[in-house]
Amino acid sequence: MSQLGIVYALLGAGVAVFLAGAGSALGVGIAGQAASGVVSEDPSKFAKVLILQLLPGTQGLYGLIIGFVTLSKIGLLGGGVADISVQTGLLILAACLPIGIVGLISARSQGKTAAAAIGIIAKKPEQFGKAMLFPAMVETYAILALLISFLAVSAIPV
Amino acid sequence: MAVLQMQRVSICALKKDRKAILEKLQRMGVMEINHILEEDEDFRRMDTANARSSFEKAAAAADQALNLLQQYAPVKQSLLSSLAGKDLIEKEKYQSVIENREELQKKAKRIQALDKERAENRASILKIENSIESLMPWLPLDVPVSFGGTEHIMMLPGTLSGQFTLDQVYEMLAEQAPELEVDIHIISAEQDTVYLTVFCLRKDSAAAEEALRSIGFARPSQISDQVPAEAKADMEKEISRIQSNIAEIEKEIMSLAVHREGLKLLADYYRVRADKYEVLGQLPQSERTFLISGYVPKKEAARIQKTLGGQYDCVVDLEELKEDEEAPVLLKNSSFSSSAEGILEAFGLPGRGEVDPTAIMSFFYVFLFGLMLSDAAYGAIVSIVCGVLILKFPRMGKSMKTSIQLFFWCGISTLFWGIMFGGYFGDVINVISRTFFGHEVGIPAVWFVPLDEPMKLLIYSMLFGVIHLFTGLGIKGYMCLRDKKYMDFFCDVVLWYMLLIGLLIMLIPSDIFASIAQATIVFPAAVNALGKWMAIIGAVGIVLMSGRANKNFGIRLALGAYDLYNVSGWLSDVLSYSRLLALGLATGVIASVVNQMGSMGGKSVFGVIVFIIAFIVGHTFNIAINLLGAYVHTNRLQFVEFFGKFYEGGGRAFNPFKENTKYADIKEETNL
Repeated sequence: MSQLGIVYALLGAGVAVFLAGAGSALGVGIAGQAASGVVSEDPSKFAKVLILQLLPGTQGLYGLIIGFVTLSKIGLLGGGVADISVQTGLLILAACLPIGIVGLISARSQGKTAAAAIGIIAKKPEQFGKAMLFPAMVETYAILALLISFLAVSAIPV
Repeated sequence: MAVLQMQRVSICALKKDRKAILEKLQRMGVMEINHILEEDEDFRRMDTANARSSFEKAAAAADQALNLLQQYAPVKQSLLSSLAGKDLIEKEKYQSVIENREELQKKAKRIQALDKERAENRASILKIENSIESLMPWLPLDVPVSFGGTEHIMMLPGTLSGQFTLDQVYEMLAEQAPELEVDIHIISAEQDTVYLTVFCLRKDSAAAEEALRSIGFARPSQISDQVPAEAKADMEKEISRIQSNIAEIEKEIMSLAVHREGLKLLADYYRVRADKYEVLGQLPQSERTFLISGYVPKKEAARIQKTLGGQYDCVVDLEELKEDEEAPVLLKNSSFSSSAEGILEAFGLPGRGEVDPTAIMSFFYVFLFGLMLSDAAYGAIVSIVCGVLILKFPRMGKSMKTSIQLFFWCGISTLFWGIMFGGYFGDVINVISRTFFGHEVGIPAVWFVPLDEPMKLLIYSMLFGVIHLFTGLGIKGYMCLRDKKYMDFFCDVVLWYMLLIGLLIMLIPSDIFASIAQATIVFPAAVNALGKWMAIIGAVGIVLMSGRANKNFGIRLALGAYDLYNVSGWLSDVLSYSRLLALGLATGVIASVVNQMGSMGGKSVFGVIVFIIAFIVGHTFNIAINLLGAYVHTNRLQFVEFFGKFYEGGGRAFNPFKENTKYADIKEETNL
C-alpha cells in the first residue's frame, strides 16, 4: 500500500497546477474578450489593456510554483523518488488544495474584474493606476493561499 | 517633498500689447489662466471662436497631410522611437517656417488634393475593370454587339439564363414558332447564362423577337459600338494610362515629403495659436486695456513681474490665495523622489491641506519593489535597460522619463535584494555548474535564502509592513500638528500608536509568535507590563475619544468601540505585506523551473543549445511577468495600505498656459 503515497502527492501537485491554471485560463480569457473589444475601437490602448488582461494569469503561475515545489519535494525531478507513506501523501495533497481552489475561483473573479477595469481604460485611459488596482485586490487572496500552500508543503517532512 | 505654493497674479495692461504679452506668457509656460472677474459694462470678452476653429482646422490639415506623407513615403520608425520625444528646433528655423506658412499650407492642401485624385483614379479603374468583366463573354464575337445585321439579315445578340446546349435552344424556339428560320450561334456559356447571337431574315424579325422573348431571351444591357476584343484592348489601355497617372501622383506626393519637417512645425504653430486664441477669448477687455489673471507658483511670480513689468506698460499684481480657494497642484521633489510622482498622480494629487507624500513614498516604493522581484540579475537587467534608454533618448517625454527613472531605481533595489537573498537568474549558477561542469558551485546569499527559511522572510515582511504603516500614521500625526489640531493628534494618532505598540509588545513573547519565528524572545517583566498598560490605555482612550464629535455619550461610546474594531483592519493590513514573501518566492521558483527545464538536455552540445534557448525564453517571460506583478502589488501596498492611513488625494493638476506642441520644442527658455 505504501506506493499509494506518491500517487497522492503527485495528485496534490496536479490539483495545484490544474485548478489554478484552469482558473487563470478562464480569467485571462474573460479579460481578453473585453481587451479585444477596446483594441478594435482604439488600437493605441493595446499596451494598457494587455497589462490588465495579464493580471488574472498569475494564479496559474502560483499553481505552477506549488506544483514544482511538490515535485522537487517528493524527488520526481531528478534524484531518487522519496519513499512516501500514504499519510504523507495525503498531507501533501491537502497542502496543495488552497492554491488550487482559491486559484481557480479568484482567477475567474479577477478576470471579470479585469474586464470591468478594461472598461475604465476604454473610457478614461488616464485612470490606469486605479483601474489596475481593482483586479489586484482580488489577487490578494490567491497570494494568501499561495503562502499557506507553500508553507505547508515545505513544512511536511518527507 | 512639497506642494509648490501658488499665488494669484493679475495683470492689467494696454490692449496694444495684448498679443505680445500673451505670447510671452505662453512661452514662459508658468501660469494657469483662471479668471474670477464677471463680464460687466466696461469689461467684455472677445469672441475668438471663429479664429480659433480656423487655426485648429489648419493644424488638423497639416496633421492629415503628415499622415498621408507617412502613408506614401514612410519614414521607418523603430519600436523605441516613441521614447525619443520631441525634437528640439532652432528658433531661426521655426521663424523661417512660420514666414513661409502660406506656402506650406498650400503644400498641405496639395497633398490632400493629390490623395483625393488618386482615390478617384482608383475608383475609375475599378469601374473600367467591371466593364471589362461584363464584356468578357462577348469576346469571341468578331463584330460589335450593336452590329445589327446586313441588308436582309438581322443579328440579335442576347442572353438566356440557365444552361442550354445549341440543340435545346433550337428545340425551344421551334416549339414557339415552328415555321421560323433562324441561325443560332452560342458565343460563350457560363454557369447559369448562355450568350448567343440569333440571325434571321429581316422580314421575320418581329416574329423571331417575339418567339425569343417567350423563351427568356434578353438583350444585353450594355451595347458597345466596338468589336468586343478591340473595346477590351482600349479599356486596358485606359487602365494603364490611369495607372501611370496614379504613379505620377504618388511620385509628386513623395516629392512633397521634403516638407515633412515644415509641416510638423506648421501644425505646432497653429496648435499653439489656437491655444492662444482660446485664452484671448477669456480675457476681459475694456476699450484700451485688458486683464489677465491666474495661478503661478510663488517662485516664478517675481520672474513674471520682472519680465512683463520691464517690457510693457502694465500692472502686475500678486496676491496670496484665499483660504477656501482650491489651487492647482504642482509638485517639487528631489530628482530621486520625483520619479515616483507618476505613481502619486495615478492615485490622485494632494488635495487642499494635504502634504505631498512623494518623498517618503518613493523610498518605500523602491524598497518594496526590490523585495518583490529580488533577483540580482533581473535587477541589473532592468537598471541597465532603463539607464541606456534615459541616456539614449535625452528628450524623452516627461512622464515617460519619470517612469523609466523609477524603474531604474527599482532595478538597483532589486539588485540589492537579489544579492542579499542569493538570487542570480534564480539558481542558474548552481544549475550550470552541476549540469555542465559536474561539481556544484554557487554564490551564497549575503543574508539568507528565502526558499529555505520562508518563515523568517514572512516575519521580516510583516516588520517592513509595520514600519510602512506606522510611517503613514506618523504623517497623519504631522498633518494634525501642522494644522494645530492637537486633540486630533492625541486621539487619532498617539492613542493608536500606544494601542498597536502595546499589542506588539504583548505578541512578541507569546507562543504563537515563537512558533512562527522559530525563536523565543523574552522581554524583561517591566517591558511586558508596559506593553500591557499601553495597550489598555490606548484601547480605553480610543473607545472614549473616537466619537468625541458626538454629544450623546452612549453614541460616543458606541462609535469609539466601532473605531476600536479597526484593530482587525490593521491586522489585515499587516498580513497584506506577506505578498512581499510570496512574490519574491514566485520569482525565484519560476526562475529555477526555467533552469531545471534547460538542464534537461544533459551535458552535451545539444544540451547547451537547449539550455540557452530555455534560458532566454524562460527568463524573459519571468522578468516580464514578475515586473508586472511587482509593479501592481507595490502600487497596491502604497495605495491601499499606506495611503489608507492618511492620504485622500483629489487635488487638481497645475495646467499652465504654454506652448502645447506635438512634434517639436522651440529652443529657448524651457522652464518647469
